[in-house]
Formats: sequence, structure tokens, C-alpha cells
Amino acid sequence: MFDIVSFIPRAVAQATPLLLGSTGETLTEKSGNLNLGIPGIMYVGAISGVIGAFFYEQKVGSVENANAFLAITIPLVCCLIGSFLMGLLYCFLTVTLRANQNVTGLAMTTFGVGFGNFFGGSLIKLTGSDVPSIALSITHKFYAAKLPFAEDAGVFGALFLNYGFLVYVAIVIALASSFFLNRTRRGLQLRAVGENPATADAAGINVGAYKYWATCIGSMIAGLGGLYYVMDYASGVWSNDAFGDRGWLAIALVIFTIWRPNVSILASFLFGALYILYLYIPTGTNMAIKEIYKMAPFIVTILVLIIISMRKKRENQPPAALGLPYFREER
Amino acid sequence: MNEKRRGPLAHIVKRPDISLKQATAVRAAAILLSILACALVTFMFTGDDPVSVFKTIWEGSFASERRLWVLLQNVSILLIISLAMAPAFRMRFWNIGGEGQVMMGVLATSSCMIMLGGKIPNVLLIIIEIVAAIAAGAVWAAIPAFFKSRWNTNETLFTLMMNYVATQLVAYFIIIWESPRGSGKIGIINQSTQYGWLPQIGEYKYLLTVLVAAALTVILYIYMNKSKHGYELAVVGESERTARYIGIKVGRVFIRTMLLSGAICGIAGLLMVGSTDHTMTTTLAGGRGFTAVMVAWMAKFNPLGMIFTSFLLAFLSKGAGEVATQFGLNQSFSDILSSIIIFFLIGCEFFIQYRIVFRKEAK
Repeated sequence: MFDIVSFIPRAVAQATPLLLGSTGETLTEKSGNLNLGIPGIMYVGAISGVIGAFFYEQKVGSVENANAFLAITIPLVCCLIGSFLMGLLYCFLTVTLRANQNVTGLAMTTFGVGFGNFFGGSLIKLTGSDVPSIALSITHKFYAAKLPFAEDAGVFGALFLNYGFLVYVAIVIALASSFFLNRTRRGLQLRAVGENPATADAAGINVGAYKYWATCIGSMIAGLGGLYYVMDYASGVWSNDAFGDRGWLAIALVIFTIWRPNVSILASFLFGALYILYLYIPTGTNMAIKEIYKMAPFIVTILVLIIISMRKKRENQPPAALGLPYFREER
Repeated sequence: MNEKRRGPLAHIVKRPDISLKQATAVRAAAILLSILACALVTFMFTGDDPVSVFKTIWEGSFASERRLWVLLQNVSILLIISLAMAPAFRMRFWNIGGEGQVMMGVLATSSCMIMLGGKIPNVLLIIIEIVAAIAAGAVWAAIPAFFKSRWNTNETLFTLMMNYVATQLVAYFIIIWESPRGSGKIGIINQSTQYGWLPQIGEYKYLLTVLVAAALTVILYIYMNKSKHGYELAVVGESERTARYIGIKVGRVFIRTMLLSGAICGIAGLLMVGSTDHTMTTTLAGGRGFTAVMVAWMAKFNPLGMIFTSFLLAFLSKGAGEVATQFGLNQSFSDILSSIIIFFLIGCEFFIQYRIVFRKEAK
């Protein structure tokens, strides 16, 4: 029996980190920065939040002493600061120092994943527990808090109201980003920077500033994806490398949605569903086939990439200056 | 306010040309600074004095003959994958799919060993294995190149996605061939019969890999600097339009070069399975496809320079691993240290390409 009522919430939980990651990466790519450091940034966002939550929990000791506001704000702020600094580092290297974006991005991913696992490992050692993970049960409670009337709303409640607040935040951020990119002057200018920085510069737009803002804000949004994963999806349990390939899936999602954050709300759900589909499809003894299902998001993304390049519709193309550094005197 | 309008405090100017001496000096300074930064970070976490930390790093690679061989093997594999990246990058074709191409080489080699082991003469098996690994890597790399040449499909994103398809394919076959059943692992392939194992030179298990890496370095150096193909790569990298104008078929160059890149990645996969590890796991490439991008880039795609950069990264990661073990830190410590060095080297390129000119005070 295919249990849709249990399937959908799990797919949504899988989808939320991807949605946040892809929204952040879309904003970044619209400024012409191809930030391949997103997987690393999501790790840093997650571990920064975990560090904040860990020390807060050490201080309060138990759920009764915890303050809902602080329990949510401290990890959130830590996560935003951590991922902001990563975005700043990326911008400093690629915008100010005009370094190669691919190389910088890959180095950031190595750094971010190493950073996450290193501090994760250190915290685990600090707690002296036997299992290789940290459980942040107190702050998790606040992050996973459901709407009070979700229980009473039946199937509707189970499907739409039964999530921690970050899920709704993710959807709002995606819609807001879409609105920003397509309906505001600053969004238009940002897209101009990504399409043709020389023209944007001539029109009086501060190219460097737009790249910095877009990338740093994009990083912070992506970092939230990491925070959601640990605090809500993984029930506040950090274990090294658990986050896995999700950062790359988020980058795939940016292409899949053809650089549109609002489409990403549905597309990330689709990716999330594909990611866990194998749990619901009766495979019998054939365990191997589930590895093929996991391949699906990447294959679909490749197909989209090929199709948009074949059809050459102008509004579907990647930002024209994606991946290229901009130096005013080199036109 | 001043009456005179001032220009910006400083602006940057492109350097027309920088002597090799100066460029080397800038890079050496960057490496020195990055090592200082690493020492500082290590000191913060261990509280040990920096000199003894460096001693530990040194011991990580050179304390015993065995460690030296392991280091050489790591350097060689990283070097081979980096060599594979270089020609494509020279023409600004951003192939970040090295990981997947290596995995396809791994998969091809393992499948030959498993399916054909014992059924045909061993010499024939090894020949088939070599051909299969090279072909698998080459085909995997040529797919994005084909689409790039026909429809200008973004190769960075395409090759990136291909990595995961390859990894999942490997994961699929691991479950198909797992032994013992239910372990989720393949174990050592043909452990007792050694069917399909590449020959060992003397008593040195890793020597073959090192020799292949050395040979490939020389070949690639000649290919990129002395051959017509190498010249075409450089022209395409400088300007695609110029290349077209002088009659270079850019699309064909893309496909040809990626076939070469993929083939070399396939060899890396072949060596890992056939010569040293004799098993297949999804993490066999271990991110080296990505590290290779940085190695190649730091050496400015010069095969001889890559010997140094790949040595630097492999040495450091071994050393940092040793520090981590001694002080009970997490093994990811080495990732942090090597990315610090990479950040410094990435940043220093700016000072090689540009010059900062400060505003002169108006009189």
C-alpha cells in the first residue's frame, strides 16, 4: 500500500534543505557568481547552529529552563554568521581578488565539509558519549514545534501544517526571492550584473557591491538549509557526513528550475520525493535498484540542462556572465 | 570637504607581464604565509609548540619506508588525475567531473575482474581491463564535450552532475556483486587467485603507479607544450573566435581533449583497483577528482608544476592526519589545513596578475 499521508511530509522534510540551498544559489548565480562552495556553506551553517545550540543547552541544562526565543535565536544567529562569513570569503577571493570561481568554490566545499566534520567530531568528544553523534534534544523541540491545531486538522493538518517553522520560512524566502528578482528594480539590476557586468557598470550599477550582497545573502539562505537539516529533520542529532550530497543536489535544482526560486518550491519537493521514493516502492529483495532511483535527480537535471541548451530560449539560459570574473579595464 | 575631487584611494592595474622570478617569489611568499596560518590554527587546537607540530607532519610521511611509499602512491594518483584535468582547463573547458571519470575507470576494471576472472587467460584479461577502463573514462568525459560542442551546453554543471550518476552506478554494482552477501561491500576481488591484478614490480606494491604517473607527466608535458594539439588548446583557451577564424574546429578539439582527459582518469581508476586497492567502494576516488582541479589550477596547468602542487597537498594531508591522530583530533583536520593553503594560493594569483596603484596626494 502506498501511504501518501506519510510519504508527503517526509518528502517535504527532504525537500526543505534543498529548497533553501537552491534559493540561495539562484540568488548567487544571478549575480554571475557560480558558487560551488554551497555544499560546504551548508555544512558550515549547520555546524555553526549546532555549536550555538550546544553551548546554550549546556547552560540551561533542561527543557524547563529553556527559553523558546533564545533556543531558536541563538542557533539561528550562529548559523547566519557562519554562512555569511563563508559567503564573504568567497566574494573576497572571486570579486575582489578575481580568482577563478570554480577553484575557489571547490576549495570552499572542501573547507566547509572539513570544518563541519572537525568541529562536529570535537563536540562529540567533548560530550564524551559512546555514539558518534551529538543530540540536541532541547533546541530540537523548539525547532520542530508544530502548529498547535495541526493535530486536529486531520489529513489536511498532516499534509500542510505538520512542519517546523523553517519549512514555512523556506517557502516564504523562495517566493520573496522570486518577487525580488522579477518585480523590483534592484532585482533587475542584479540580473543585469549577472548577464553583462560591463553594461551594468556603464549604467552606473555598482557591480562589486551587487555581487557581494547577492552572494552573502545567498550563502546565509543556503546555510539555513543546513540548520534545518540538523535541528528539525535529523531531530537535533549531528553526526559527521550525515548531510551527504544534498548541497550538490541543491545546485542541480538551480538548473532544474531554470534559475527560478518559485518553481523550486515544487521542484525541490519532487527531488525530495525522488530521494526517498525507494523506501515506498516495493523492491522485494532487489536492494540494488534503490541506488538507481537515487540517480534520478541527477539524470533529470542533465536532461534539463541539455534541453534548455538545445531550445535556446533566451529567458531560459543561465546568466550569461556566470562563472566569469569582472575586471572593468578588460572589456 | 576638499575642493579638489579625489580619485579612489587605490585602484588596480593589470600587469602586462611578470617575470617568472617575481611570480615564483609571490607564490613562495603565499605558501610561507599559509604555512604560518596553518601553524597558528594547529597551535590553537593542540597547544603544542609549532616546531614539534611540523616534526609530526614530517613524520606523517617520512617516518618509515612504508609511509613514504603510501605518500608516493597518493601523490601519483592525485598527479595522474590532475594531469587529466590540465589539457581541458588550458582551453577553458571546466571539467569538474574527474571524480566520475575515475569512478567509471574503477567500475570498468572491477567488472572485468569479476566477470571474466578465471574464464580467460590472465594476460588477455589484463589487456581487456586496461582497454575497458580507458574507454569507460573517455566515454564518460566525452558525453559533456559532445553536448558542449553541438549545443554549447554548460560543461561545468554537466560534468558535475555526471559525477553523481557515476557514483550511483558504482553503488548499484556494489550491491549486485557484494560478497559476502548482505555486507554491502565487495571485499578484495579475486583475493586468492589474483586474476586481473596488475603485475607487481619486484617487491614494491606501489611502484607501478609511481612509474605510470611519471611517464604520463612527461607525455602530457610534451603533448601540451610541443605538439600541434597542445598549441590548438592554447589558442582555443585564449579566444574561441580566433581559433575558429584560423580554422581550428573548436567542437572537435573539445571532444578530442575530453576523450584524452577521461582516458587518463580511467587509468587512475585502473591503477587504484588493479594495482593497489583491489576493491571497489563508492569513496575510492575520495574527492580527489575535485582536489585535482585545484592542483592543476595552482600549477597553472603546467605538468611539471603539478608534481610539486600534488606533492604539497598529499604531504600536508598525510601530515595533518598524523597530527590529528597524535592529538586525538578529528581526521577532517587535514581538509581544513589543505584548504587554508589553497585559499592563500588562490588569493596570491591576484598579486601576480594585477598591481595595486595607490592615489598620489595632489599637490
